[in-house]
Amino acid sequence: MAIEPVIFWVFSTILVLSAGAVVTVRNPVHAVIFLVLAFFTSAAIWILLEAEFLALALVLVYVGAVMVLFLFVVMMLDINVAPLREGFVRNLWVGIPVLAIVIYELWVVVGEKQFGLDKVAAPAGHAADYSNTKELGGILYTVYMYPFELAAVILLVAIVAAIALTLRRRPQTRYQDPAQQVLVKRGDRVRLVKMAAEKKQ
Amino acid sequence: MNFDIAEFMPALPEIFVLTMACIVLLVDVCLDQERRVITYVMTQATLVGAALLTVALHTGGRTVVFSGTFVSDPMGDVLKVFIYLVSAMALLYSRQYLIDRQLFKGEYFLLALFAVLGMMVLVSAHSLLTIYLGLELMSLSLYAMVAVDRDNEIATEAAMKYFVLGALASGMLLYGMSMIYGVTATLNLAEIAAYNADISGNEIVMVFGLAFVMVGLAFKLGAVPFHMWIPDVYHGAPTTVTLFIGTAPKIAAFAMLMRLLVEGLGGFYVQWHDMLVVLAVLSIVAGNVIAIAQTNIKRMLAYSTIAHVGFMLLGVLTGSEGGYAAAMFYIIVYALMAAGAFGMVVLLSRAGYEADRIEDFKGLNDRSPWYAFMMLILMLATAGVPPFLGFWAKLSVLQAVVEAGMLWLAVVAVLFSVVGAFYYLRIVKLMYFDKADDHTPITAGIDMRVTLSANGLAILGLGLFPGALMALCASALL
Repeated sequence: MAIEPVIFWVFSTILVLSAGAVVTVRNPVHAVIFLVLAFFTSAAIWILLEAEFLALALVLVYVGAVMVLFLFVVMMLDINVAPLREGFVRNLWVGIPVLAIVIYELWVVVGEKQFGLDKVAAPAGHAADYSNTKELGGILYTVYMYPFELAAVILLVAIVAAIALTLRRRPQTRYQDPAQQVLVKRGDRVRLVKMAAEKKQ
Repeated sequence: MNFDIAEFMPALPEIFVLTMACIVLLVDVCLDQERRVITYVMTQATLVGAALLTVALHTGGRTVVFSGTFVSDPMGDVLKVFIYLVSAMALLYSRQYLIDRQLFKGEYFLLALFAVLGMMVLVSAHSLLTIYLGLELMSLSLYAMVAVDRDNEIATEAAMKYFVLGALASGMLLYGMSMIYGVTATLNLAEIAAYNADISGNEIVMVFGLAFVMVGLAFKLGAVPFHMWIPDVYHGAPTTVTLFIGTAPKIAAFAMLMRLLVEGLGGFYVQWHDMLVVLAVLSIVAGNVIAIAQTNIKRMLAYSTIAHVGFMLLGVLTGSEGGYAAAMFYIIVYALMAAGAFGMVVLLSRAGYEADRIEDFKGLNDRSPWYAFMMLILMLATAGVPPFLGFWAKLSVLQAVVEAGMLWLAVVAVLFSVVGAFYYLRIVKLMYFDKADDHTPITAGIDMRVTLSANGLAILGLGLFPGALMALCASALL
């Protein structure tokens, strides 16, 4: 028996279970950790598809950077989950049929009938010297040059917007001005006062 | 792709706007608050330059460059020129308003420039990827513009709503796109159009993707039942930002509709036709009826926008060249009328006072007969009274609908336009037959007065001679 199906089923099971846990656990910090697990297992499935670069980027960027930031935010916000959970059981009666319909629809649309192996062939394997990173780099800066530049512009807008919305000079905030500090002369700080010597009484 | 100069030429307006935006960003950092006007002038100059470039590069032909991700065609060129025009007007109207509220900052103009760039990308998109990136570039800039007045709680709330719902809509759109990509294995719109779903039996997946794309599109256009964000955002945002959001992005959203549905998914006309019928009818009915109950003119104009979007969708759903041209004519006319109407709200506002209640228009004729006349033109045109421009827009859409044999749709549209005429005429009544509560003289810079008057007179003048603009739209789509 080949090892690939075993790997696939193991990681897929963990992925689905952890994705379910993200929305069902009570503690938001635990939810974030489950999301990390979901990302990590999907990265493993991508490696199985020979998309090594994307899998590593997912682990490094999402797990390593984005989710850690996310975790900080969730911890700092101190969300009170109790009000968010109100009416969970009451709305369950509506939620479950909707969920069932959505799952059925998804199964009809993206199920075996449309995307089975007879419809879409399994991707052919590559030789050992095949470099996924090189292939991506080859088209990213040529075929996808225009979208790549646009993505860069979007990041620039994000920087401008973030600075415009958060950098505010509040009049009451005290802050250091290095230029002023450097320009200070001795005379501004120290005052020499001549006093007559006092006598002991 | 080849990195030839010829490959870059069609995208020269985009490259120019991006370069200028970066230059404005660097120049603005070095400016004092007293010399901030330089940023403003450079922004306006960029829009003028981009318009000149677009006109100069207009060939009348269709060129696809950058490996099929960018298209330059007459429809794109015409829409882009109107986007520059309306954006320049929006910035011009906002100058004094921003100075009065200590919002005259470089970021405002910079974000506006990036939003214009996003609209240009969207108009010229020829791939699902560029459509999405253009949309995000435009939307991100607009979210930040709504929140630009940080101390205003309503504006911040509006920005949050806009951001969360906008992100949700983008997610829907992206999910639909991923379905289409999953079946066709291409992002290129021409290749998607060439894909024959009937043979491969993947039709159901394509329709599933189409439904999600439609939800995303309806969200961005603000068509009922995906319109909930429009009144709150229009009401909460600073009036000049509302003016900007309500005009140029609508033209870009029309382009997105044309690129996605007509160019990419034209083969699924039967399916999207039915979806558009539902969206259009609900928008026209809900927009016109709910607008009657509004006491805030920004909210009223928001519901009027929803009704107008429904009318524009009527033109698209006919699926004929004439219908597309009528819809294009309609959206351009709408953008010009909305710019004028919001411009009037900006004109009546002053430092520390927002003239955004309907009562603020009371007795405008006593305060300033000329502006009352301008508002009269704008309101009658928006209501669709002949001979103003809005009438021809409605007429051409209705003609296309009747020609397509959908008489009942035309009847519904006309009936609810008559209902809608009530709330436009109420403004006219307030201006001419009521006594003013507020006698503050209307002050505005010469630039604002001239442009607003030109805006109003253009609606009247183009209404008397609508042939040229209609012919322009018709020729752009051939």
